[in-house]
Amino acid sequence: MKKERANRRMMVRLSIFAVAMFGFGFALVPFYEKICEVTGINNLIKPAAAVENTQVDKSRWVTLEFDSNSHGLEWDFRPVQRSVRVHPGEMIQIEYEVKNNGGKAIVGQAIPSYGPKHAAPFVKKLECFCFRQQPLQAGEGKRMPVQFVIDSTLPADVNTITLSYTFFEVKGASTAPAKSGGQG
Amino acid sequence: MEAAHAHHGHDDHAHGHPTGIMRWVKSTNHKDIGTMYLWFSFTMFLVGGVMALIIRSELFQPGLQIVQPDFFNSMTTYHGLIMVFGAIMPAFVGFANWLIPMQIGAPDMAFPRMNNLSFWLLPPAALLLIAAQFMPGGGAGVGWTMYAPLSTQAGPAMDLTIFAVHILGISSIMGSINIITTILNMRAPGMTLMRMPLFCWTWLITAYLLVAVMPVLAGAVTMTLTDRHFGTHFFNAAGGGDPVLYQHIFWFFGHPEVYIIAIPAFGVVSQVIPAFSRKPLFGYASMVYATASIAILSFMVWAHHMYTAGMPVEAQLYFMYATVLIAVPTGVKVFNWVATMWKGSLTFETPMLFALGFLFLFTLGGFTGLVLSITPVDVQLHDTYYVVAHFHYVMVAGALFSAFAGIYFWLPKWTGRMYNETLGKWHFWLSLVFFNVTFFVQHFLGLAGMPRRIPDYALQFAEFNAISTIGAWGFGLSQLLFLYIVIQCIRSGEKAPDKPWEGADSLEWTHLPTPAPWHSFETPPVLK
Repeated sequence: MKKERANRRMMVRLSIFAVAMFGFGFALVPFYEKICEVTGINNLIKPAAAVENTQVDKSRWVTLEFDSNSHGLEWDFRPVQRSVRVHPGEMIQIEYEVKNNGGKAIVGQAIPSYGPKHAAPFVKKLECFCFRQQPLQAGEGKRMPVQFVIDSTLPADVNTITLSYTFFEVKGASTAPAKSGGQG
Repeated sequence: MEAAHAHHGHDDHAHGHPTGIMRWVKSTNHKDIGTMYLWFSFTMFLVGGVMALIIRSELFQPGLQIVQPDFFNSMTTYHGLIMVFGAIMPAFVGFANWLIPMQIGAPDMAFPRMNNLSFWLLPPAALLLIAAQFMPGGGAGVGWTMYAPLSTQAGPAMDLTIFAVHILGISSIMGSINIITTILNMRAPGMTLMRMPLFCWTWLITAYLLVAVMPVLAGAVTMTLTDRHFGTHFFNAAGGGDPVLYQHIFWFFGHPEVYIIAIPAFGVVSQVIPAFSRKPLFGYASMVYATASIAILSFMVWAHHMYTAGMPVEAQLYFMYATVLIAVPTGVKVFNWVATMWKGSLTFETPMLFALGFLFLFTLGGFTGLVLSITPVDVQLHDTYYVVAHFHYVMVAGALFSAFAGIYFWLPKWTGRMYNETLGKWHFWLSLVFFNVTFFVQHFLGLAGMPRRIPDYALQFAEFNAISTIGAWGFGLSQLLFLYIVIQCIRSGEKAPDKPWEGADSLEWTHLPTPAPWHSFETPPVLK
């Protein structure tokens, strides 16, 4: 019957549309990533573009606390110093220690987070092990630097900043020792 | 359709259909399926209502008296999910099933078997939502929005909830495909799109919204599921994902969902108000265009639900202006309804009373929505009881009141009997008063800063909460009167004439006997 064929054709079209919208939900994931990249929201694992104000503000002290976690990995991961007191505008370098206690090589990626959250844009990282993936052979350990400047426009009510890193496994990445990664 | 049965008996049709329970299990008849949708929806309305009463009873006094916080959180979560997906949406799909074929002069829905499947997917989904309460750790107290990262860390109840949402989504999508195909392909000759009753128009638009956004919700909860069990990191910040992404995807579904609930309610009211004003609907074409504009705008405003999640100020401004813009087509509709009544011969039977209750209270809910759309105000009111009051004015006084108006309006056509008018009026006034006692005071609580979804509160909120709880019990018990009215109407109501409402003019009133026969319009009606 002609009408039944027309009905069936419409059902097929609408079903395809519904399936496409299911795909659209997933397409939003890279879409938002791109928007965040273009607009500069959420740039956690990229070096700061430039440090504009390098003047050291000797009039105030900021305490930086370092924290470390690993997400389901058999890695020892800890900061060499628990905390430092610095002036805004000063160039600071600290180190983290990491050791793979597991029986196999794993590639890890560290993701930083900040407390308080709104202090994040004022921590200008120039060098960080979180900028690249870190392969560790079984039993291998190393020290990794973070180099940064606290922007001197940091709001006056922020006196302590906690910088916390979490290592998680990058599945499927090459575990061959990196050529330049980590700088030891 | 069935040439062999061209002869016209009335309701007792020649070909035997199953009786007893198999009549319902195997039904492909749009009227039976519509009835099942409506009863299912009412059952879920009672389940969700009991959950609401647990919430309100705990909030009667400050401190913890009746339930523990985890259970309280689970109640707010499943009250929302059950009312939205189990009560309001199936209620309007029930109306669509009953009315669309009759209003456009079609013999049945386009895909009767798929219609059966759409309905029978609902009870398993409802069972999953209820079974979630008995999982280790209790129900998932994540809120009906199921935000990550809480939902990616919740107990096993969350998995049941996710599957329930999947099933409900599939059911809605199939129902919508059926409705769109029926409306576009099955209209009687002469029934052009712009001659359709407005109820059909609102459902056509709603069905397109459903097909567009239910799959996006399915995607969001699928991502939650794979984050929980299959090592993906869509919403896990430690893995390079972002929990705010969930909010964006969810509200891309969630805002059109608000209109999926509201637009069929507009349709019902647009049938009821002209009938009791004894005038055609004022501004029919502008109603159609306003509804379509609301539907299109609903895709562009989602982030007004997440002003506090972190957004550039330019984005906040855009979402604020776009949201305010929705007030324009909504205002067109409200003014058209008012203009329909202007100089009409008004009578105030129960359906009209509920439609007027809708008109007043939905407009009030719309105004508080405008207040909330203003970014700096929303930052203050976000997640307070002001928001709870706002969306209950839209959902309960809007969608639910309109559903009541529709049920009282069409009950004579469906059952062949009149309901008790006095009791119907009692139901309206009790609902109206207790609804406002429950929810009006919640505006004050929200303005004073009481957060939503918290089982305990500071002492200064005690009086308004006590009032609200009393109202909630009153409102809940009034709905048992509604159940009584419907059962009494089916069992022993007076016989209804073919056209009990003088001003009603769509095909189900003018071309069909009362009660509506088992099969209507096997030969298309002749339209003047």
